[in-house]
Amino acid sequence: MSVSEKDVRHIASLARLAIPAKRIPTLVDELNHILIHMDVLQRADLSALDENTPAVAGMPLRPDVPGSVPLERRREDFAPQMRDGFFLVPRLDTHGTSGSSADEDAS
Amino acid sequence: MNRAEVEALIIVDAATTASRVRSREQSSLLALAAAKSQMESANLGRNGLNAILYSDADGALRAAGELGAQFTYSKTKSNFALAGVPVMVKDNIATLSMPTTCGSNILAGYVSPFEATAVKKLRASGALLLAKTNMDEFGMGSSTENSAVGPTFNPIDNTRVPGGSSGGSAVAVATGTVRIALGSETGGSVRQPASFCGIVGVKPTYGRVSRFGLVAFGSSLDHIGVFGKSVDDAALGLQVISGRDANDSTSAAVDVPDFRGHREVKSSAPLVGIVVGWPREYFPESLDSNIRALCERTRDALRSLGAEIREVSLPHTDLAVPVYYIVAPAEASSNLARFDGVRYGIRAESDSLRELYENSRSQGFGAEVTRRILLGTYVLSAGYYDAYYKRAQSVRQLISQDFARVFASGVHVLLTPTTPSTAFKLGAKSDPYEMYLSDIFTVTANLAGIPGMSLPIGRVDRLPVGGQLLASHFDEETMFRVAYALEHALGASAHQ
Amino acid sequence: MSTSSKNSMATADYEMVIGLEVHCQLKTQTKAFCACRTSFGAVPNENTCPVCLGLPGALPVLNQHAVELATTASLALNCIVHSESIFARKNYFYPDLPKGYQISQFDKPLATEGHLNIGLIENGQPVVIRITRVHMEEDAGKSVHDRFASSSAIDLNRSGTPLVEIVSEPDIRSSSQAGAYVRTLKQILEYVDVSDANMEEGSLRVDVNISARPRGTTAFGTRTEIKNLNSITGVERSVEIEFARQCSVLTAGGTIVQQTMLWDGHKEQIRPARSKEASHDYRYFPDPDLPPLVLSEQFISDKRRALPELPDARRARFSSQYEIPAADIDVLTATVQMADRFETIAATSSDAKRAANWVLGPLQASANASGIPLHEHPVSAKRLGDLIRLEVEGKVSNTAARQIFTFMESSNDDANVIAEREGLLKISDDSALVVWIDEVIAEFPAEAARFLGGEQKLQGVLVGHVMRKSKGSADPKKLNQLLAARVKLA
Ligand SMILES: [Mg+2]
Ligand SMILES: [Zn+2]
Repeated sequence: MSVSEKDVRHIASLARLAIPAKRIPTLVDELNHILIHMDVLQRADLSALDENTPAVAGMPLRPDVPGSVPLERRREDFAPQMRDGFFLVPRLDTHGTSGSSADEDAS
Repeated sequence: MNRAEVEALIIVDAATTASRVRSREQSSLLALAAAKSQMESANLGRNGLNAILYSDADGALRAAGELGAQFTYSKTKSNFALAGVPVMVKDNIATLSMPTTCGSNILAGYVSPFEATAVKKLRASGALLLAKTNMDEFGMGSSTENSAVGPTFNPIDNTRVPGGSSGGSAVAVATGTVRIALGSETGGSVRQPASFCGIVGVKPTYGRVSRFGLVAFGSSLDHIGVFGKSVDDAALGLQVISGRDANDSTSAAVDVPDFRGHREVKSSAPLVGIVVGWPREYFPESLDSNIRALCERTRDALRSLGAEIREVSLPHTDLAVPVYYIVAPAEASSNLARFDGVRYGIRAESDSLRELYENSRSQGFGAEVTRRILLGTYVLSAGYYDAYYKRAQSVRQLISQDFARVFASGVHVLLTPTTPSTAFKLGAKSDPYEMYLSDIFTVTANLAGIPGMSLPIGRVDRLPVGGQLLASHFDEETMFRVAYALEHALGASAHQ
Repeated sequence: MSTSSKNSMATADYEMVIGLEVHCQLKTQTKAFCACRTSFGAVPNENTCPVCLGLPGALPVLNQHAVELATTASLALNCIVHSESIFARKNYFYPDLPKGYQISQFDKPLATEGHLNIGLIENGQPVVIRITRVHMEEDAGKSVHDRFASSSAIDLNRSGTPLVEIVSEPDIRSSSQAGAYVRTLKQILEYVDVSDANMEEGSLRVDVNISARPRGTTAFGTRTEIKNLNSITGVERSVEIEFARQCSVLTAGGTIVQQTMLWDGHKEQIRPARSKEASHDYRYFPDPDLPPLVLSEQFISDKRRALPELPDARRARFSSQYEIPAADIDVLTATVQMADRFETIAATSSDAKRAANWVLGPLQASANASGIPLHEHPVSAKRLGDLIRLEVEGKVSNTAARQIFTFMESSNDDANVIAEREGLLKISDDSALVVWIDEVIAEFPAEAARFLGGEQKLQGVLVGHVMRKSKGSADPKKLNQLLAARVKLA
């Protein structure tokens, strides 16, 4: 399998990386040069995988008691831009006045 | 403090220093003063070996003073395993007293508002946190050349790399500045630089040391590890930072044994009953013959210590690097999404949110990080997930099974070379994949989560060579037992 | 021909196909993966920590109570709860999503294969909607767009709040079914006390997937999604309007574009969301920070055993146990609080029917008028039960009981104390009644004469006068007997 310039532009967009156009062909070569070494995995014989994987211990759970790891510095001390306690970003072009835009892409 | 005094102090191992400080035989300030002096002499700073990014001599001094007061007025001394021992910490481990920037521009100036569990444990043990060390950006590299502030140089030959990504910590220990330093590894970033710098580097079992406060690269592969000037320094350092942590869901509820139980080598055959595996896949035809010869010498030393040597096979070893370079970038692409210029880190002022993201991230991340984020995004993306990520996780399972079978067959530890070469020249590996192959013998332990360590077994053309010991899950104890005996047996020849 | 009738012609040829995704906030004290409080103060970003701010080096640790509540919800929705489920990362960039991914469950959710009887009977059959899955996830923060001129403001207090997402199969065929589904679901979540399930406050949010297909066909059409509906009316109205829109597109020979639609409840309008990236690619993969969630059989069966009586079962029991009209049962079982209150009152008063009338009458009216929720009403179930019992036992009249109830609203005194103090106990003592009768006969001689002369219809008038004189405390039965006896004497 190999990537094209279009693929690289697409994944750069997904990853929110601005790649200068003239860098794209180099990246295509570099990524393909890496990916070619991955093809060996397609030939691996997975029939050797143990059917019964050892029982999973499962994750430890936390009691529902307030007491989070405290912040020893104010948010303002590390935030690039804050106002009235809010983190600021360029105004989002969106409907309504507030809400969670979980699935709305801010393109 | 004159030079002779400094040199007399820095050859003292951490356990001895701590014990002297606890018994008030030695001031809690003394070892720190020696470390500060050596830091200057060895030229660890920006214009020298470039091993140190930030230092906090004042803070360390204050801690030493408080510690001294404690020993004057308090009777409970036994807990201070690192009393008065100066230490350094890799720049991707969160500290309150110094910035935590992961060798990256994107975190320029960032000071964490909380501290890593491992650092808290170091402080609680009386260790004096002196500096944060240079690294490949976010741990992505095997040479410490990928730091936003420039490469770290190998103190043995400053035209060569110290290895990486924890190169700064390795150099701090190799120069004798500190006896113990924390590093981290995702594919060998402690063991490989330990090998290149001629010191001990240990990566514990996955889950042994809390990752809370370690800035994530590949979460399922990331470990905090320890550099030591000697096996005992490394064992003591690991002892202090080990244990279950409620803030890390992958931290294991497994008792921590005494890693230092076998530090005194009492008999001439201390390894009777120990089976050492010699995995043939780690000694390919192509392996450098000098490195092979040193490994064989080490094998013979182990045999004469009473160990049984058994040739074994780990048939999926050659798949480890491809698996690693799918899993690690995939996890990295997600772990590094949080660096978006909104809540912390650098921010490129922009008119739109997309520009804010893209410009902040592109200005913040270096070339290797960008490459790996792209690679990781690609292998997780729709249509490729099964072929790459899912398949890689299955093959990873095969690699784990290989180890499980060998250890179940009665083998206690495996002996392998740590690296396929000695420290290479700066700029020598411009091809990314060639650089990736420096991790060929170390990535397997990260993939399987088993403990591993590198210790010096000799030199080739003045350059150190590390031998690697691998053990089964949570059996660091046996690994250290073999390492103590080997260090004792090899003596000065480990550095010749 | 008007637009609406054109639409209705078009809609008649098509069938509505709907699946719902409901996000519901779990009632925990702390967030899903950190110990920050879930209560939201006025100060933005106050309830945040390294974990829910997504700071470098922070790691998630799952809240046990969130798991318990999600399991209870799943069992109440008749799902299979799996002994092993996996948390995955859903990767996308948005400023209200601090880590750049949402921790959710993907290919191994907590629970699957449930179903919900939505209380409608169609073609003689109860309408049952299948539930595909119930999974746990964390909520995002909030973006505020109207506060500052050129910036959007991010508040992460809600970031990391535990949610369950409940996904139905595309089994819903009408707006009324969609409304009934949400109503029933909300009621169950409230019954098992896993969520406030308050749509206005956003603790229950509904996304609709809707498509149209020609009647009689089985293949699904292209669907659109209507996001973040915050009322049941909104669900019902938006699907009607979107369905009509799709039908008219299809009738005109057009094709439906798969996209997200936005509902404006005020204007009752639907419109496409801004154009987005060609496709979402969330790059789900198992979260390496979180080992699999493993639940023991014991844990699951304990949760099953601890389930309270669900609305369906309670309705059925009420209708067999009490003689109450079906419509009243629906109201009395609407909430656990209402149903519990009713049952205490019924038991204390020993007259369920009368208890139902009181709860649905004076109690409900008083609660509505004062704005005090039923479960906080000053007249406790026990006190109201005692009052009704006085009425049942004939010790006070209904009129007197209502008066006593008014007194009880503003004092803690029991019904019998008030009745006695205010002289509202029924007087059945002959001597007192005889005196009142004599007085009335003296005061209304004309009527008295006619009554005593045999005009029976005047008995009611005289009774009324005596009742008034006694301020309602006279026992009417006894009074009638005594008056009847006077006629015989005369
Ligand atoms: Mg969801
Ligand atoms: Zn938090």
